[in-house]
Amino acid sequence: MSRPAGPPRVVLVDDHGLFRSGVRAELGRRVTVVGEAEDVAPAVELIEKLLPDVVLLDVHLPGGGGQAVIASVKKEHPEVKFLALSASDAPEDVIGVIRAGARGYVTKTISTDDLADAIQRVADGDAVFSHRLAGFVLDAFAAAPSPADVKPSFDPELDQLTSREREVLRLIAQGYTYKEIARELYISVKTVESHVSSVLRKLQLSSRHQLTRWAAERRLT
Amino acid sequence: MHHTTDRTEPAWPPYGFHDRHRHDRWHRRAERWRNRGNGEPLRRDPEDRLAGGVAAGIAAWRGFSPTTVRIVLLVAALVTGGWAVPLYFIGWLLIPARNAPASIGSKARHDSRGVALAIALGSLLAVFLLLAGVLNDGTVESFGWPQVVSVACLTLIWRNAPEDEQAAMRHLVEPLESLGGGGKRGRGTVVRLTAAIILLVAGIGWLLSSHASLALLHPLTGVLLVAAAIALLLGPWWLRIARDLVLERSARARAEERADIASHMHDSVLQTLALIQRRASDPQQVVQLARAQERELRSWLFEGRAPGETDATSFADGIRLIQRDVEARHGVPVEVVTVGDCPLDDDLSALLAAAREATVNAAKWSGAGVISLYAEVEPGQVEVAVRDRGKGFDPDSVASDRKGLAESIHGRMTRHGGSAAVQSAVGEGTKVTLRMPRNADTGDGKPARKDRR
Repeated sequence: MSRPAGPPRVVLVDDHGLFRSGVRAELGRRVTVVGEAEDVAPAVELIEKLLPDVVLLDVHLPGGGGQAVIASVKKEHPEVKFLALSASDAPEDVIGVIRAGARGYVTKTISTDDLADAIQRVADGDAVFSHRLAGFVLDAFAAAPSPADVKPSFDPELDQLTSREREVLRLIAQGYTYKEIARELYISVKTVESHVSSVLRKLQLSSRHQLTRWAAERRLT
Repeated sequence: MHHTTDRTEPAWPPYGFHDRHRHDRWHRRAERWRNRGNGEPLRRDPEDRLAGGVAAGIAAWRGFSPTTVRIVLLVAALVTGGWAVPLYFIGWLLIPARNAPASIGSKARHDSRGVALAIALGSLLAVFLLLAGVLNDGTVESFGWPQVVSVACLTLIWRNAPEDEQAAMRHLVEPLESLGGGGKRGRGTVVRLTAAIILLVAGIGWLLSSHASLALLHPLTGVLLVAAAIALLLGPWWLRIARDLVLERSARARAEERADIASHMHDSVLQTLALIQRRASDPQQVVQLARAQERELRSWLFEGRAPGETDATSFADGIRLIQRDVEARHGVPVEVVTVGDCPLDDDLSALLAAAREATVNAAKWSGAGVISLYAEVEPGQVEVAVRDRGKGFDPDSVASDRKGLAESIHGRMTRHGGSAAVQSAVGEGTKVTLRMPRNADTGDGKPARKDRR
């Protein structure tokens, strides 16, 4: 988008040195790793100095977790994009970082190619959902919201997924790529991306009970 | 049962016939007595025990039925005015358990804190008995004094018994503990306290009324003073010992938790690490092992499921079982996503069986590196999609002898009112979609996964 051409500039934030060096070695030429950090405070400082396109962020960090990094950077530099990376499948972790402002979530078992794709996609302003995150979102938005479930919301649209969004999420949950989804649903890849971005927005802004509960557990709201 | 002496006949000692006969009879009787039982030294029998296994041990030693021995002990306890009870505990303390190298008593000798605790509790009971004696309640007193020894012995046993015996004792004591109220102050506590006070007042009233005149109360005042003095003197000591007891309990609980974690780590993680080292030359095996271990650890950490727990009670559990089995048996990773959950019924079990078949098929034939298994429980139906990016096939050209897909998946689904659809093309992988309508009464389709954490 407004980003200069060339591989995206990436900062790695993870408290496992072994993991950082592994990612750095594997991603090699597809992205430019401009910096690494292993703790919240140094990470924030580094990100604000380097202003990378994408921050690859571990959900579990000593000193406040990935959310703390997102929260402090977003205040000054809302344009920095975060892709959360975690070994954890716990829904409140996933939903937590997303609601804090991450543009996507992938698990650490992801293949190198897929990770590079995900970074590229986030750098381009799109959202990235792992198949697990797609499952969580479907789960969270599953039943029609009962009035007791929803806090007064300025936009009730936010509390429900459209049937198209649901279809897209289902296919993501089954491991389809965006290209495959586009072919399956007879729509363009761009449309798939816009559906996913719209789901991401709902995920971040919805006041659905389950989402707010998850968020509250992580002291987000 | 008894030995015959026929073979030793030529070596008769030079007795007369009668002597010989009598000797023989006595000899046999003694022999029979010696040969009753299991012929081993006296050991407590922890397997067949009500308390310490003393009665069962004696029974096995002498060849009686344990019930007989127990009844005899009970009668003895009543006849001797309670003195058989401490004897039982002393037996418990001094007779080693079968398969144990030493008795509890030999360990207790070195347990100075335990000895102090035993003396403290014994003295506490003694003070109580003194008071009861002064108040002229003869029955409590006569049956009570032996129990000073019992209490002391029990304390030593409690502190020094081996793990398994302690576990059994805790089992017996737990209901009592819950009566004692674990720190929660609720209505139960209030009721209990009220009842205790009423009983106390009634008891004192009764004791007072049983004395003919109030003049007898004069010594009572003296006794109360003495009791107060004893309580003042020994109270802090008792308190400290009680606190030690509590501290030790929590320390023991911590140790047990640690042991639990350690055993889990050993059973699963360490074993897997060892296997991985041995199979370092086979990367696929290593990946498979690491994956299986990861999944098991996750379900233990996040879902509280013990390793090897197999019974699926809900639909999502069943799906995870398929994942585990296929990964273990065919070495192909299965990515599982479940949305919602519901209890299993016959139809859903059939759906699970069909899903398993489809997943195994994909693992065996597709050649894909990973299989995606997606399950969604909706209010009206349950849908499962099994998908691979393997070689695929032309659905029209499947030979009729490849019955697997057609028969067991299609047939299973339609018999239970569901449907199966297969989507495949050569080189593009395969997707099997299974749908099963839900019975109205099997639940409300709420997402249950979150609640299990």
